[in-house]
Amino acid sequence: MARRDTPEINAGSMADIAFLLLIFFLVTTTMDTDIGISRKLPEKQDPNVVPPILKEKNVFEVNVNRNDEILVESDTYMQVKDLREAAMKFIDNGGGTTAELQGAGLTACTWCEGDKDPSSSDHPKKAVISLQSDRGTSYAMYVAVQNELVGAYTDLRNKYAKKKFGRSFEDLTGIQQEEISKNIYPQIISEAEPTK
Amino acid sequence: MAKFGKKKKGMPAVNTAALPDIVFMLLFFFMVTTVMRETELKIQNPKLPSADQVKKLEKKSLVSYIYVGKSKDNTPGDKIQLNDRISNVGDIKSFIYAERAQHSEQEIPLLTTSIKADSKSSVGTITDIKLQLRDVNALKINYSTTKGSAVDNIK
Repeated sequence: MARRDTPEINAGSMADIAFLLLIFFLVTTTMDTDIGISRKLPEKQDPNVVPPILKEKNVFEVNVNRNDEILVESDTYMQVKDLREAAMKFIDNGGGTTAELQGAGLTACTWCEGDKDPSSSDHPKKAVISLQSDRGTSYAMYVAVQNELVGAYTDLRNKYAKKKFGRSFEDLTGIQQEEISKNIYPQIISEAEPTK
Repeated sequence: MAKFGKKKKGMPAVNTAALPDIVFMLLFFFMVTTVMRETELKIQNPKLPSADQVKKLEKKSLVSYIYVGKSKDNTPGDKIQLNDRISNVGDIKSFIYAERAQHSEQEIPLLTTSIKADSKSSVGTITDIKLQLRDVNALKINYSTTKGSAVDNIK
């Protein structure tokens, strides 16, 4: 066997080259975590279409003024932290009887755990949360309110999923999730145009 | 001296041959995870509000970004940045059309607009943006936030 005379190529500076590249990518990298609250805007309405008339008791009105104060149902001042609970109570009320709901093709809410208060919402499918803000409201407050309202629905869906399937909403299959978000607790948050 | 010399010979240098491998591994990790910032911010880096009911934006290529915040020289009022320049609200429509032109017909309903707005900006500006988006039927939006408790926003 002939011995090779040529020595091995010195790979010592390979590390330097790799380090150089590494540092370049370290500096340019931005760990952009793109997360946020997803919402769907309403489609543009024909101006001639008359909006459906909702019963006062089926609407949960949330007003945020330019001083970032929250007024609920036009009579209660509320802190953001209490908003979720109030919204849940409203959605989950289920006060309508079968006879009352027949016209809308619904049956009484059997899964609701609310107070069944006749002066609050009839059915989760009928309960509408109406959010009205002012142009001067801060975006932070607006996002906080949106977050709490979405959170109310998330909590209710989770509670239902736990009770029925023994798992949290996120761990359910797509069909089960759709069933809940379509027929059990549909998310109905309507945004009114902000006051000037 | 001789003794010392002998002792040194008996201790070989630490083998650094595997060092490039380690560095390359790190390098590949960063190369894969890196996202080159496409647009340079012309406004102050918006301080996003925090929220906990958040969803991840899945496909980056289907997302277009609208930045809202203060201008760098601190002039009052919210500025809107589209692509890499400060724009008016009226430019949003053409911005969306330009974004759509880059995608195929099937992808258009999946396009999401991410609003990266500073927590101090006003709802009025956001509403103006939303009205424009609604006019061009770009209905999927995402209020970009950081993860955290929403109650922390108000202080």
